[in-house]
Amino acid sequence: MMPELMLKINGAKYEVKAVTTATLAEVLREELGFTGTKMMCNEGECGACTVLINGKPMLSCMTLAIDAQNKDILTIEGLADPVTGRLHPIQKAFVEHSGMQCGVCTPGMILTAKALLDENPDPTEEDVRHALSGNLCRCGNYRRITECVLDAADRIRMGEKDDK
Amino acid sequence: MTLPKYLTAGSVEEALSLLSQYGEKAKFVSGGTDLLMQLKRGEAAPECLICLGEIRELDFIAYDEIKGLRVGALTTILNVANSSLIQSKFSILAQAAGMLGTPAIRNQATLGGNLCNAAPSADTAPPLLVLGAKAKTTGVEGEKVVPLEDFFVGPGQTILGQDQLLTEIQIPNMLPHSGGTYLKQKRRQGADLAVVGVAAWVVMEKGVLKDVKIALGAVAPTPIRARKAEEILKGRKFDQGLLEKSGLAASDEAKPIDDIRSSADYRRQLVAVLTKRAITQAIQQAEGR
Repeated sequence: MMPELMLKINGAKYEVKAVTTATLAEVLREELGFTGTKMMCNEGECGACTVLINGKPMLSCMTLAIDAQNKDILTIEGLADPVTGRLHPIQKAFVEHSGMQCGVCTPGMILTAKALLDENPDPTEEDVRHALSGNLCRCGNYRRITECVLDAADRIRMGEKDDK
Repeated sequence: MTLPKYLTAGSVEEALSLLSQYGEKAKFVSGGTDLLMQLKRGEAAPECLICLGEIRELDFIAYDEIKGLRVGALTTILNVANSSLIQSKFSILAQAAGMLGTPAIRNQATLGGNLCNAAPSADTAPPLLVLGAKAKTTGVEGEKVVPLEDFFVGPGQTILGQDQLLTEIQIPNMLPHSGGTYLKQKRRQGADLAVVGVAAWVVMEKGVLKDVKIALGAVAPTPIRARKAEEILKGRKFDQGLLEKSGLAASDEAKPIDDIRSSADYRRQLVAVLTKRAITQAIQQAEGR
């Protein structure tokens, strides 16, 4: 079966044909070109494919695309300001503090961090490490990633308007 | 492979009616975190996927002073872990739910899904067994309530028939001076399935173990109670010698296998160690209350 799906991604609606067993990660990447979502282990172990669904981090490789209909999907492409292109404070922190090395885990890390900061604007280092515990970084850049998220939390709390 | 149809059930009734049409050719989709792996590996090739996500009536946590706790089968693991009610009154369940998978997995996975998948390592099962939980199933012939212990039949197998759905988990109210803990040995600090999981729950009265329940995960075809280990301690005043005996008895009751995560031998030894540790912590908790 190949039904027509209606997906709401980064605020826009997309119609796409996909088999019933297609994962959201496959449809995002291969049908719609949202390749910012990374697919690594494809078995729910690594967190690279994390997107936000209705504001919560979910694994797009463990979600049927057909199940994600009528929900708000946020991918890394939708995080910067769509009009000005200004980066989100978490993205800015990752750029300024070298939060990424090879970059494969980065979209999942940043989106998971966004969900954390939306819910808890003033996390401890322990909170950050716990929230990111399902996102693996094979470069082992965890210390700097944690610093980036804490720094982004400071920026957001202080109401720093992104001035780039 | 022919691709399955995808149908959405809006209510328990609809889910049952779809199930009666497709029977064993259908698979329910709850959080999907176990099912998707089965689909990807070709271990499941259903003709029909029945999505349960819209059944809001099965997503609830309800508490009654007399009847105890009821949790809907479609409640996410995250909501079980984060419920302040479960944390304060049934902390062992919240604790174990917080150890399952990763934060994102806990957002998706459901309590009912964890139990119906019936993995011997299911993290929510040992705590529920020691809490004396019951499973409510709903079928065309009505509702049934069975002890959770009888719900599991083997790896991936439950008593659910072709026409039944797990709808609710019921937990009796906690007794005063009780305490419990769940210990999970993994291969690494991050997310992993249990090599061994041990839940212990005790009721203390003046240094005497009035009641003891021990449950083991990942060391038998289903999550099991370690009754001989319980009997050694039950009704007795706590002492270290009895604790040693109880740990060894639990180890004897375990029927572990060698697999990718551990050898059977290591699992048997771990059961003894973790049982002793879990009992000790449960007693501390019970006496601290």
